[in-house]
Amino acid sequence: MNATNTDAREHHVPQSPALLSATGISKSFPGVLALDDVHLDLRHGEVLALVGENGAGKSTLLKLLSGLHQPDAGTMALDGAPLRPAGPRQANELGISVIHQEFHLMPDLTVAQNIFIGREPRRAGLIQDDELERRAAALFERLGIPLDPRQPVSHLSVAGQQMVEIAKALSFDARVLIMDEPTAALTETEVATLFRIVRDFVSPRTGVIYVSHRMDEVKEISDRITVLRDGRYVDTLSTDRTETREVIAAMVGRQLETGVRPDPASSDAAEREVVLAVRGLSTRKLLKDVSFDLHRGEILGFAGLMGAGRTEVARAIIGADRSTGVVEVKGRAVTVRNPADAVRHGIGYLSEDRRRYGLLLDQDLVRNVMLSSLPGMTRAGFVRDAEGRRVVAGMVDRLAIRTPSVNQTAKNLSGGNQQKVVLAKWLVRDCDVLIVDEPTRGIDVGAKDEIYGLLTSLAAQGKSIIVISSELPEVLRLADRIVVMCEGRVTSTLANADATQHQIMDLATRFGGDRSLVTTGDPE
Amino acid sequence: MTTQSTTPARAGSRFGNRQQLQQILAFAGLVVIFAFFSVASPYFLDWANVKGILLATAVTGIMALGATFVIATGGIDLSVGTGMTLCSVMTGVFLANLGLPLVVGVLGGLAIGALIGLLNGLNVAFLRLPPFIATLAMMMVAQGLSLVISGTKPIYFSDVAGFDQLAAGELVPGLPNAVLIFFVAAVLAGVTLSKTLTGRYALSIGSNEEATAISGVDVRRWKVVIYVVAGLFTGLAGVVMASRLNSAQPGLGLGYELEAIAAVVIGGTSLRGGKATILGTVIGALIMATLTNGLRIMSIPQEWQKVAVGIVIVLAVYADMLRRGKEA
Repeated sequence: MNATNTDAREHHVPQSPALLSATGISKSFPGVLALDDVHLDLRHGEVLALVGENGAGKSTLLKLLSGLHQPDAGTMALDGAPLRPAGPRQANELGISVIHQEFHLMPDLTVAQNIFIGREPRRAGLIQDDELERRAAALFERLGIPLDPRQPVSHLSVAGQQMVEIAKALSFDARVLIMDEPTAALTETEVATLFRIVRDFVSPRTGVIYVSHRMDEVKEISDRITVLRDGRYVDTLSTDRTETREVIAAMVGRQLETGVRPDPASSDAAEREVVLAVRGLSTRKLLKDVSFDLHRGEILGFAGLMGAGRTEVARAIIGADRSTGVVEVKGRAVTVRNPADAVRHGIGYLSEDRRRYGLLLDQDLVRNVMLSSLPGMTRAGFVRDAEGRRVVAGMVDRLAIRTPSVNQTAKNLSGGNQQKVVLAKWLVRDCDVLIVDEPTRGIDVGAKDEIYGLLTSLAAQGKSIIVISSELPEVLRLADRIVVMCEGRVTSTLANADATQHQIMDLATRFGGDRSLVTTGDPE
Repeated sequence: MTTQSTTPARAGSRFGNRQQLQQILAFAGLVVIFAFFSVASPYFLDWANVKGILLATAVTGIMALGATFVIATGGIDLSVGTGMTLCSVMTGVFLANLGLPLVVGVLGGLAIGALIGLLNGLNVAFLRLPPFIATLAMMMVAQGLSLVISGTKPIYFSDVAGFDQLAAGELVPGLPNAVLIFFVAAVLAGVTLSKTLTGRYALSIGSNEEATAISGVDVRRWKVVIYVVAGLFTGLAGVVMASRLNSAQPGLGLGYELEAIAAVVIGGTSLRGGKATILGTVIGALIMATLTNGLRIMSIPQEWQKVAVGIVIVLAVYADMLRRGKEA
């Protein structure tokens, strides 16, 4: 793709011993085996792309390399010497710098203060701010980043903040630079700057691990590509000798698993009554003219990359965020100012972040499940607790929630069972439209299948369901039709029978020329 | 992303015990303090003195009941002290100055409390002011209005027949009505907190406001309701206070809000919200009053009484945090 770059690479790719290696790494969290016997080796002077779907284990692997977590099994080595960082700080000192997906900046401090936080130059106990700024300025000059060290970080665009994170990572004498989706917030010029910085950084004694969803970027910047899937190592491919198509195939792998929903009735779902119609939904930050129909008994899948705006669509529909556009329920336009209005119109939303938006973690199952249904469960103003307990006990049976009792505190349940509790809440409320956002995130395979079965049977009973998912097999397995989004727009709506993973991936990466709109928003 | 998880089965069986433990701890504290003063002073166990403790508990206790609801949401109400005073003064205006019937005057006092709560609630829910700021402002407004309306002079109820009997009368022989009112109010508050939507939603909001909103609860509207409930208790405290003193004292009230908050936290209610019990608040209020009374009976100077109360607050809340720490 880039001739000069390819030439430059050839010098650095001889079979030297690995700069950073991980062998036989396993890591499990309660209820989830996140990594199972995973390998990775980063050679001197190379850019290694790490790809995989959501939940493939990329982030977990990065957390092990950077000392945030310790592996359960396996060994890591830096230049052949055993590597077991006890924490991010120690990893830093060993020469491993990580740029995380989420920013870790203090908005009210200046750029320079952020970069040197924890290692400020001092004299007689007082911080030497001018020295601080001088060092930051020198760093920016070396990297070719046009930033003012004295500016408060809160004044910067998201792209600017990303640049501060990158500068901060490079301000350590890093030998291994790990970047997790660094371009999610960048415009094309900034991506070019980033790639130049990466190429400048790479030398015979350094290396870069680059995590990204964007195949074009992976293709451009990397020398080799390591693919993970479902917490397992799949393959390591040479970028030059591999087609993008092959990488995607390796990522999604099990594409023939179950395939289309086995429900024969599903095919005519699109002919039935429209339960929810959305027209021209837009938000100031991201969404642009989103329109679609949801029919009775239909499962409508929403596919797209992170930041494509799928969750934002859901939040706009339920009135959690401000938006313009029309929402019609059963043919009548409705005003939804807040989620309470949405629930009144029979629309329930199960968030991708169940701990933040789904659960009362320190309250019991009864309180959690009944939360949406209390007004219908009172007599003379008093909540009928016995009745509620009976209903919840029924749900525990129906959804096979593994809990010692309905009085169990929500935080003591495993992820899968917590998710069932949130689902139970909406089942008790009996909404006509259910929007489920990443319904199986962080859940083991068994619980996944149970949730799939549940959603399918709900649809068969005439409920209409929107499934937002970053896992394509999940969308393909559940949905009758699939809405594909990219950068806040709907790029296509497909019937499941016509859709392939490659086609969806292609539609999900159909970036318009106007990429800068991402940078004006807030960090995700 | 998955971090937590103790073994579910064991944590579940311990849960009920823990809730009880909280009550038992606070109650045990009260018993210890009571026993200590009984031994230390021969006058302490005298019924007249115990009655004094209960009377002293009544007004702050009623305020603390209301404050419990706000604190359950994770908020704070600094306006209960001077708000109580404003309710006293307005009751005086209604009864002594305007000569309205007793029932109307009392209901008027409660209505002023509800109005204070309504304004707090609107400021918190719709202007999205932090509760601390919204109620701090109300605390000052109420204090100022009390002085302005009364012309900085006390309003006496000497000509209002039967008003002093509201607090001093004894429907139950031997037990002043003020104490009876406190107990009845506590039962009402307890039922409201544990059995009605208002209480349920207060705890839900305190537990996780965002999840509560996404679940379809109109959080803003319910916050207003909750602050109005707190205001009603403030109004009730104002009426009882006026009746006990048989006068409305416009200069009083500042500092009462902190005693009420102290009673709530001593009772085991978390300032972070989500966890609250009325029984705890009642015990907390009793502990505060018992401590002050006992120290006074032992002729400990008032200045030192404050120091002691401060130390008890630290001990009580630290004990509660230790308990919670093990839970997490």
